[in-house]
Formats: sequence, C-alpha cells, structure tokens
Amino acid sequence: MLRYTLRRLLGAIPTLFLVIVLAFLLVHAAPGGPFDAERALPAEIEANIAAAYHLDEPLPMQFLRYLTGVMQGDFGPSYSYRDYTVSELIGRSFPVSVQLGILAMLLAAVSGISLGIVAALNRHSALDKIVMGFAMTGISIPVFVIAPVLVLFLAVKLQWLPASWTGSEGALRLVLPVLSLALPQIAYIARLTRASLIEVLSSDFIRTARAQGLGTAAIVRYHALKPAMLPVLSYMGPAVAAVLTGSVVVEEIFGIPGLGQLFVRGSLNRDYTLVLGVVIFYATLIVLLNLIVDLLYGAIDPRIRRR
Amino acid sequence: MKKIRLLPVILVTLVATAVMLNACSNGSEDREASPTGIPVLNRALSTEPESLDPQKGRSVQAADVLRDIGEGLVTYDAAGNLVPGTAESWEIATDGLSYTFRIRADARWSNGDPVTAADFVFGLQRLVDPATAAFYAAEIGTVVNAEAIVAGKMDPAELGVTATDERTLVISLVRPTPYLLSLLTHPSTFPVHRGSVDQHGAQFARAGNHVSNGAYVLADWEPGAIIELHRNVHYWNDARTSIDIVRHHVVTQELAEFNRYRAGELHVTSTVPPENFEQIRADYADQLHVAPTLGVYYYGFNMTRPPFADNPELRQALSMAIDREVLVEAITGRGEAPAYSWVPPGIHNYDPVQLPYAGLSRQEREAIAQSLYRKAGYGKNNPLRFELRYNTSDTQQRIALAVQAMWRKVLGAEATTVNVEFQVLLDQMRNREVTEVFRSSWFGDYNDANTFLAIMQTDSAANMPGYSNPEFDALMQSAGEQLDLDRRRLYLEEAERVLLADHAVIPLYFYVSKHLVKPEVEGWQDNILNYHYSQHLSLGAAGQDGRP
Repeated sequence: MLRYTLRRLLGAIPTLFLVIVLAFLLVHAAPGGPFDAERALPAEIEANIAAAYHLDEPLPMQFLRYLTGVMQGDFGPSYSYRDYTVSELIGRSFPVSVQLGILAMLLAAVSGISLGIVAALNRHSALDKIVMGFAMTGISIPVFVIAPVLVLFLAVKLQWLPASWTGSEGALRLVLPVLSLALPQIAYIARLTRASLIEVLSSDFIRTARAQGLGTAAIVRYHALKPAMLPVLSYMGPAVAAVLTGSVVVEEIFGIPGLGQLFVRGSLNRDYTLVLGVVIFYATLIVLLNLIVDLLYGAIDPRIRRR
Repeated sequence: MKKIRLLPVILVTLVATAVMLNACSNGSEDREASPTGIPVLNRALSTEPESLDPQKGRSVQAADVLRDIGEGLVTYDAAGNLVPGTAESWEIATDGLSYTFRIRADARWSNGDPVTAADFVFGLQRLVDPATAAFYAAEIGTVVNAEAIVAGKMDPAELGVTATDERTLVISLVRPTPYLLSLLTHPSTFPVHRGSVDQHGAQFARAGNHVSNGAYVLADWEPGAIIELHRNVHYWNDARTSIDIVRHHVVTQELAEFNRYRAGELHVTSTVPPENFEQIRADYADQLHVAPTLGVYYYGFNMTRPPFADNPELRQALSMAIDREVLVEAITGRGEAPAYSWVPPGIHNYDPVQLPYAGLSRQEREAIAQSLYRKAGYGKNNPLRFELRYNTSDTQQRIALAVQAMWRKVLGAEATTVNVEFQVLLDQMRNREVTEVFRSSWFGDYNDANTFLAIMQTDSAANMPGYSNPEFDALMQSAGEQLDLDRRRLYLEEAERVLLADHAVIPLYFYVSKHLVKPEVEGWQDNILNYHYSQHLSLGAAGQDGRP
C-alpha cells in the first residue's frame, strides 16, 4: 500500500511538469498582456513595468525563472493584486473554498445517497418519482439561476439569511452558498446511487442472500450498499476537486473570496503568475484526490486491492 | 462481510471542517464586530483594487478607496469642486511654471506623525521612479525632469519638486499645466509615509502596515471580498468625519449587488443592473442617482489601413448613418446622452464642439450619408464590407447589432460583427492589423478637456485609431503653451473641431454614473467626476446600527 502510494506520487511529477509547461505556454500565447488596458500606457512606462516583472526577458528565461521559483514553493508576485504574492492569495482563498466545498459535498453525499437509497428501494412508487423529479430539476437548473432565486427568497424577501459573504460575519453566511453548491450534487448523487443500487439489487449474490431469508434492510446494509457505492465514489473524486477549487458562479454571486474568482480574475487580466499558480495547485489537488479515491476503492472492494 | 467503514471517514471530515470553520472565523476576527451605535457605511466596488499603494493603483476602484484613506495637496468637495486638501493654500507664479504649496500645520499621518512637504516629494519621486513601475507616471510629465526620470535617464532625486521647509513644497514645470491642481487630487500624487515603506517594503500597503493621511486608515483587507477602513483620528479635518467604519465590498455581479442592496447589506451600490433598470427607476425613484460623467463610448476607425485610411467621406457616411438617440433610448437606456462631440459636456471651463451634422434632421443626415457613401465608390452592387470588432459583453453586442442594422438600412454597407475577449480586443486595437472598426471608450482622469483631446495626438499610446493630423497636434501644442485660460480653451476647442471633422472616431454616447443610495445616507451629491468620498457622507438615525 505504501509502495503503491509512493509510486503514484512519483508518477505524478512528470504529469505536473507537463501541466506547468503547457499552462505556461498557453497563458503566454493568449493575446494581450497583463497590463493592457483601454488606458494604454506610454512606451517608457510599459517598459518599466515589464522590467519590474521580468516580462522583458525571452520566454525561455522567464520559464526557467518561474520553474526555479515553483520548485522553491514561490509562485511569484501577482500582477492583478500588486500588493500580494500568488502563494499568499492561494493560501488565503483555498481555506474558504475548502470550507464551502467540504460542507457542500458532505451535505450532497449524505442527502444524495439517502435519497438514492429511498428511491431505489421504492422503485416506481410515487416517492421514487418525487425524488427523481427533484433530482432531474436539480440537474437541469443551473446554479446561476438557483443561487439568485435562493437569495431573492431567503435573503431579500424573508431576510433570514445574509445575501453575501460580507453581509454577515457568522456561520449563517455559509448557508446559501453551501445550498447552491450542494443542490446539483445532491441531485446527481441521488440518481447515481439509485441506478447503481437497483443494478446491484438485481444481481445473483443478492438473490442468494434473499433466498437465505435476509430482510431488505440487512441486504442493503451488509451486501448491496458497498458495491453500489463504487460509481458514486468515482464520481465524488473529481467532484470534490471541482468544488474545493471553488465554484466561479457561486463565488461571484455571493462575493466569496475563493479560488474560483481568483482564477477568473487572473485569466481575464492575463495575470500569468496567478493563473499558473492556481492551475498548478488545482492539478496537484486532482492528482492527490484521485489517489485518495483509488485507495478508498481498495478499502471498499477487496478485489481491487488484491490486484 | 465487514460493515461499511464510511462512518470514521465522515467523522474525521466533520472534525476537520469544524477546525477549519474555527480557523476561518479567526481570520476575520481582526475585522472588528461593530457594536450597535457605531456608524458603519457599506458601499460597493465593482472590482477589486489592484493595489492600495497610492503610486501603484490604477483602476477607478483603487482610486475610490485611496481617496478615502489618503489625501493630495488639493482635493474635491462633495459637489466635485476643487478645494484645498493637505495644502491649505498655494501660489502660482505669473509664468505658470512654478506652484508653491503651503502644507497645513495640523496635517497628520494615521500614526500621528506630521505630514511634511518632504512626504510629498517622496511620493512624487516614487511615482516617476522606474523601479516603482507606476501606471500614472506620465501624468506629471510636465514637471521638470519627470520625463527623463521615467525614461530611466535621470535619478528620481532630480525631479522638479522640492521641499523648501517642513511645510513648503515647490513644484516646477517645463510648461504651463492649467490642470495641475486637478492632477494633484489624483491618488498617484498622494504623499507616502517614508518610514513605513522603509520598514515594510512592498508590503507597506497592507492592513496593519498602511500609514495614510486621509480621513480613514486601512483596517482590514480580505482580497476578493472586502476592504474595511476605520476613522483616522489624526486626520486634520477629523471633526467633520461622521462615519467611523467604511466597508468597501467587492461585488462584481450587478444583479447580486442589487440583491445585496435590497437585503440591506449595502448603503450605496456601484451601479444598477441594466435588465432591471426600468423597474428600479419606478420602485426606487428616491434612491436612484443617475448623473453625467466624464466618459465617452465610441467606435474608432483603423486610420492606418484601407478602406478607412484616407477616406474621410466614407468615415463620415458611417458616422452619420448611426441614430444615436435609438441607441441610448432602446439599448443602453439608463440615461446616457447621445454623443455629438468627443469631449463630454459639463467638463470644467470648456464648451464641447458639436459634430458638423449635429443640427441636421435624421432624414437630412441619411441623405448626405448616402451621397457620401456613393461618392466613396460604394453602392448597391458594390457594398462596403468590413468588420466591426467589440469585446464580448451583452451591451456591446446589442449596440453592435443595432449599428450594423443601421449601416445596412441607411447605406447598404455590410458590417460583420466580431466579438473577442477584452484583452484580445485591446491587443488588436493597438496592433492595428486586423481591426477596421472597433469599439472602445475613454474616461477622463481629471476635469479638463485635455484628458480627452490629448489621447488623439499622434504620439499618444491611447490613440487607438492611429489618428495623426499635424494641424490637430499643432493646436494641442499651442494650447499647452497658453497661460491665459480662455485662449487655451479656444485652442482646445479648435483642436476638437479638427478632430471631429476628420471623423477618426464615432462618439456614440456619454456614460452616466448610476448608484442606488439608501435614504438614510446624507451628504451624497451627484457630480460629473463620480467621486463620493466617504468622509462627506453621514448616516441618519436609521443607519446607525450598520444595517440600513
């Protein structure tokens, strides 16, 4: 297990290097520079700014400088937040995204799996139809519609909850963003769980268990749920990564200082170092989360562990 | 078979979340919970300031915050009139080449240190020092040696700004600069507390390190979310400050901003969402503030390539075919004024020149446009085909489609609309290789026609069309040499007349500022600069607990 983990981690290094090279080339290939604006700058000033950020050096030099920095954990200064370094910005916004992401995924996993089980066990009943109807709605309504509607009712009309991150300082400010993030995930996980559980419940070993006289509750709990969780788990890996690195839409609507809006601001402003920093961070996170999912797979399904 | 071991995983995650929640709320603990009774003003910024270092800031939003925490020699009152700031008085030499400022004896930094003439010298030297890489370094180009210092050919200490004693500052110029006083209200000319720069280096503009000389001091800055300012008790005019805490919330989404305003989380919005404008005008008539501002929305021609280079008649035809009234009424619809001049109306000591055809009726304009179009060699069987480029955005697109339709209907010209990302458009405008007609805009830096006209000079970096007319350049040059303000004004007006007659740009409309302001906010005055210093505002009884 340890050797496997180590091998996977070492194997990730070339991947990450490739990500850095590609991302570096892509951001520099995008037209426009980090300091272009309608208020175009006189040539001397442009030169001074380029020199201050080493943008006047040849690209390979810039890349080497950047790579050396990254290896020492220094992602460089941000161009669009001139008072902060990229590492600081990621360090500030990641905990915010993590906090929201974990809460949203917990909510999504617990309620999605429960709803999925209920629907699967009551297949074709009215309850199943209600749950799946809700899931269908949750998947099809985009978050940029759900979030403002939630704000409109719960924050503007009823004034129960703050409409934004900075509208309050207590934990209440988490409620609407977490709900907005979780709703589509709940829907998706519920559907996955239902489909997968139905499939498992119709397999031979369940029939055997049933023939041996086990009740439905026991069958689901001891035999069916575990194999049924495999597709859900493999969905959760990337989903957690996506949620942890910040949802751009939710962050913009609620004014949350998370990774997502950092990334968008970075890309729109051609803030090379900020975009690269977030991309590298994101790539590392995905590699780690995939590894964790694979390890969890092994924990759930011994057949995979043995291989 | 063993039980599912998800439970421990969930427990561990829960504990981790609890720890994190705790850690995160600790992070904002330095943002003082406001006890009821302390006036807190919540206002919105449409984008995050890139820096709160006065010399490194660039955006309108950075300047908005910087004007709250710092103060120049000169400043503005709530109505937008120039008034003494940290300087209590000044004298201008008869040749207009030297300004002597007297700093207030009671001017203090937020740490209690006196603000001296040397602090201003330090700030201005810092502005032109290439090592600072300041965006606005060229703004004070008429100060002695400024240009050479920016170009790296001279030491910043050679700048023509000297402190003759603690409280006397002399600024020497290479040519008269009638708008110098308005330049000195700009945050890039603010003084800098040398001690804190020496101590904190690049991090001096952060909360806790920032020492400032304005009505407020930076208390907390959570990038992407909020900038909190507290009253600077050492400020010379602190007795007049009414609000103790100002929170600038970063709100990038217009609809989200409106909802926050309705939820009572904001006293002042930075704009009003276009989709809801009519409803807002009806429902919030007493809270909606729409005022003219110093900004022009225009279409520019690429003056360096065919078909528009050397073809003023064709350019004029396209300009005349556009019905600006339809654009501002049916599309932008938020009180914008149709533009028939380059310089917006209402600018200080100036009377914008109108486009020659401004007085004609719609039918007359269209008839002339059609004949000019034919004269340029185009017609039904040989329509003009070109590309109209704009940056991806809903409003830009609707305007582009409307103008495209007008050109087709009036002239039969076939414009293809091309939308590209903003940074791409900037790149293309500057390179002038693929652009034919493009959309852009210009916002004045100070209340003087020069800020609009100067960018159309041949060597200006912001001259997107690549316009170059020696007559225009000569008039601008002469205007710059005038000491008499009325004579200067005549030169500037003549320059605008030349510019408009060349039709290098099609001014479409003038921007307006749009704010929602809660009724309990007192002291708000609409002004053309759209500057609203928090120190001029106060909260009526309803707003005293921070929640309007």
